[in-house]
Amino acid sequence: MSKRIDVEDLNVYYGDFLAVEDVNINIEARSVTAFIGPSGCGKSTFLRTLNRMHEVIPGAYAKGKVLLDGDDLYGKGVDPVTVRSMIGMVFQRPNPFPTMSIRDNVLAGVKLNNKRISSKAADELVESSLRGANLWNEVKDRLNKPGSGLSGGQQQRLCIARAIAVKPNVILMDEPCSALDPISTLAIEDLINELKTDYTVVIVTHNMQQASRVSDRTAFFNIEGTGKPGKLIEYAPTTEIFNNPQKKETEDYVSGRFG
Amino acid sequence: MSTTASAQKPGTKNSAAGRAGDSIFSGLSLAAGILIFAVLAAVALFLLLQALPTFAAPADEITGGEGFFSYIWPLVLGTLIAAIIALLIATPIGILVALYISHYAPARISKSVGYVIDLLAAIPSVIYGAWGATVLAPALVPFYNWLAENLGFIPIFAGPASQTGKTMMTAGVVLAIMILPIITSMSREIFTQTPKLHEEAALALGATRWEMIRMSVLPFARPGIISSVMLALGRALGETMAVALVLSSGPMIASLIKSGNQTIAAEIALNFPEAYGLRLSELIAAGLVLFLITLVVNMIARAIIARYKEFSGAN
Amino acid sequence: MSTTTTKPGTSPVRESRLTRGQRPKWLIPVIGVGAIVVGAAISALIGFNIATWAIFAALVFLIVGPLLIGAIEGSRAGSDSLMTFLVYTAFILAVIPLISVIYTVLANGIPGLTSNLLLTSMNGVTGAQDNFAEAPGDVVGGAYHAIVGTVSITFWATLMSVPIGLLTAIYLVEYSNNGWLGKAITFFVDVMTGVPSIVAGLFAAALFGMIFGPSTRTGFVAAVALTVLMIPTVVKNTEEMLRIVPNELREASYALGVRKWRTILKVVIPTAISGIASGVTLAIARVIGETAPLLVTAGFATAINWNSFSGWMTTLPTYIYYQIMTPTSPTNPDPSLQRAWAAALILIAIVMLLNLLARLIAKAFAPKTAGR
Repeated sequence: MSKRIDVEDLNVYYGDFLAVEDVNINIEARSVTAFIGPSGCGKSTFLRTLNRMHEVIPGAYAKGKVLLDGDDLYGKGVDPVTVRSMIGMVFQRPNPFPTMSIRDNVLAGVKLNNKRISSKAADELVESSLRGANLWNEVKDRLNKPGSGLSGGQQQRLCIARAIAVKPNVILMDEPCSALDPISTLAIEDLINELKTDYTVVIVTHNMQQASRVSDRTAFFNIEGTGKPGKLIEYAPTTEIFNNPQKKETEDYVSGRFG
Repeated sequence: MSTTASAQKPGTKNSAAGRAGDSIFSGLSLAAGILIFAVLAAVALFLLLQALPTFAAPADEITGGEGFFSYIWPLVLGTLIAAIIALLIATPIGILVALYISHYAPARISKSVGYVIDLLAAIPSVIYGAWGATVLAPALVPFYNWLAENLGFIPIFAGPASQTGKTMMTAGVVLAIMILPIITSMSREIFTQTPKLHEEAALALGATRWEMIRMSVLPFARPGIISSVMLALGRALGETMAVALVLSSGPMIASLIKSGNQTIAAEIALNFPEAYGLRLSELIAAGLVLFLITLVVNMIARAIIARYKEFSGAN
Repeated sequence: MSTTTTKPGTSPVRESRLTRGQRPKWLIPVIGVGAIVVGAAISALIGFNIATWAIFAALVFLIVGPLLIGAIEGSRAGSDSLMTFLVYTAFILAVIPLISVIYTVLANGIPGLTSNLLLTSMNGVTGAQDNFAEAPGDVVGGAYHAIVGTVSITFWATLMSVPIGLLTAIYLVEYSNNGWLGKAITFFVDVMTGVPSIVAGLFAAALFGMIFGPSTRTGFVAAVALTVLMIPTVVKNTEEMLRIVPNELREASYALGVRKWRTILKVVIPTAISGIASGVTLAIARVIGETAPLLVTAGFATAINWNSFSGWMTTLPTYIYYQIMTPTSPTNPDPSLQRAWAAALILIAIVMLLNLLARLIAKAFAPKTAGR
């Protein structure tokens, strides 16, 4: 059920300001694609346009095409709600619903679509999602405790469990490890590796080592200066980006000469 | 800039004077704080002292001739009825308007919409009273007639309806308009404080706007909504002018669309200017009862805020 | 390990479903027009008028719209649109009384806004004169004494409540260190916020009644009542403003060897002054419209009285109240109503100006340093 994403001539604006210019990219199904680049280059903004979450930011809009297995997310009459139920998202800071228990957090998205899910089916779904997020063993005895009582890394995995419980086609991750300690980061990276057997995963990261560890393909975004739009500079298999980049800018960035 | 200006002064000044200034100033501000206690204690004390003759007087000298309790309880009931009508109308509308400002209105206009609602709060109560008596009451008469004809079998809508419209129901509607801004402005503030993180979590799961509000905004704001409603209730209980001008008062009756009923605050306002002797202390005793009722309501509201403050702070 | 998945409740959405099952764009306008037509029809059944037409049209729209959308796009979209419509309806419902009040005051108040109203009192005005008045311009008598009363009573109330309120807020923020006394004061200030205005009036009346004999009614008694109402507003607002002054500023001043009281006077208060001033202005705007406490404390005068310490006084709100409740000429209340509405217009204008002034102060003198 994982799907590919093809982006054609996408421009993202904040009001009059062009934030990301003319992106063309093809993201393969069942793979991990990483977006890297310096701060402010528009990679997070671009990620949000892949499930129309940028529309939450006042004044932000996108022009162009994003095709999910051939269907344009920005086509006429497409409801962003439908898009987001097909393309899940994990945020920079873990955000479990504070008033819900761990179990209810996992079921939050499912209950929207299927209010009368039997409690047995719900139990199974909670277990499979938490197992999928490598969290089951840690929380199975306290499923009815609030999700906010978990550690940061556990909370982030809970958010991933919540995202995969709705069986999306694609999972977007916006710097999912930047608020976590190294051990939790490792747990999430292992998880990403497992997720790609079932899902298309797109991850934004600041950390080049992380990109080289988890991703199959890497896209490098850059910005010429403040006030200029971000651009996709190079997109290639991860090994090539890090070992044999075609563009000078990419080489400078991955070798640590700037950024 | 002012930092440097004042920094030079202590050097040139006698430091003993500076120290004295310190203690005088802290003493003054402490005294002001303690004065607040004194004022509140004085409010309770003087009302009690002036009300005492009422409790000592023989029952047949009290208005109505059956003692203070039979005098006050219809008024208490009337006060509660008016406040409850107001709450039933203002709570849903107030919360929805708050949602409109925080989550539905286009960003460009939501701020000005907030100002408009604040304007509702700025209009003096006597003007609401005058408006209620001259514009709203006549406008509601056909509606009351319809209620009396079609729902007259329910005691609160028993006819014949008042032909001036100066009824408990009208007073409740005017009170609702007056407390609406309280509910709206407090709820709106809490709605906008909902962490963006939680709203995005819901949206990213494919929630519609209303589902997002139900999943992340309302659970976060629930204690705030409850306490805003309690504060609005306190205001509605104590509001005088809307009722004094709008209600054509009388003995207690069940029907809300006939003349009749009275609230404590309006009873005081209407009778105090001509009162003397025992009647005066009777009205002050009524004021004391009103004070206690609003005190309890407000304390409950504050307790709710205080209890949930720690809870929401932890997240 | 791979994700073991149970049977999902709904099968994953197929490609073509991205836009399938959407309502056509024209649906909502069509429902709207339909609701207006059907509303008119229902309204005509029970005797047509604009109010019932609007009510029925809105009801039809609120019921049919979400049901149709729900039928086309599913119950989730249906309830979402129901809530959206309800939110907009609630907003319209809230604005109607505001527009109606302002329209009423303008329409009834402007004809009475004569030089008589602004420059004369009700001294010597009798019902006989009102009975002779035919055109709005013929009405004699005015609200000058009420304006005088409003100004002097508000002045005394401000003079008493602002220092107490300011100092209390300073104690809470700068001296209490979150001690029990600070918490207790905060609690009692909250309690004071909830004191009904009529009770504040009764308190002042009872206080002066015990000291100077029953039925002591002067402008100053009213000012004391208003002070009780004003203090909590001033304290709350000032406290909030003082708390946003960054601690770095205080520490910078202490580090220069400046004493605490001079730090507060020269650093903290100047930083917060615009917020404090606009809060005080709003507090004045609030008490200037108070009616109930004045009914029981200031008495009712028809002549000009500048002395708050002796004799009865009238303010604009009580003037409005008495002109409506006890018209000067019981057989011809129109001149009294005209004066009442004109006074209401003046009162609203004053309150709105004060609110505007508060915003201007907050904007114009906002310190550049407060944003950190």
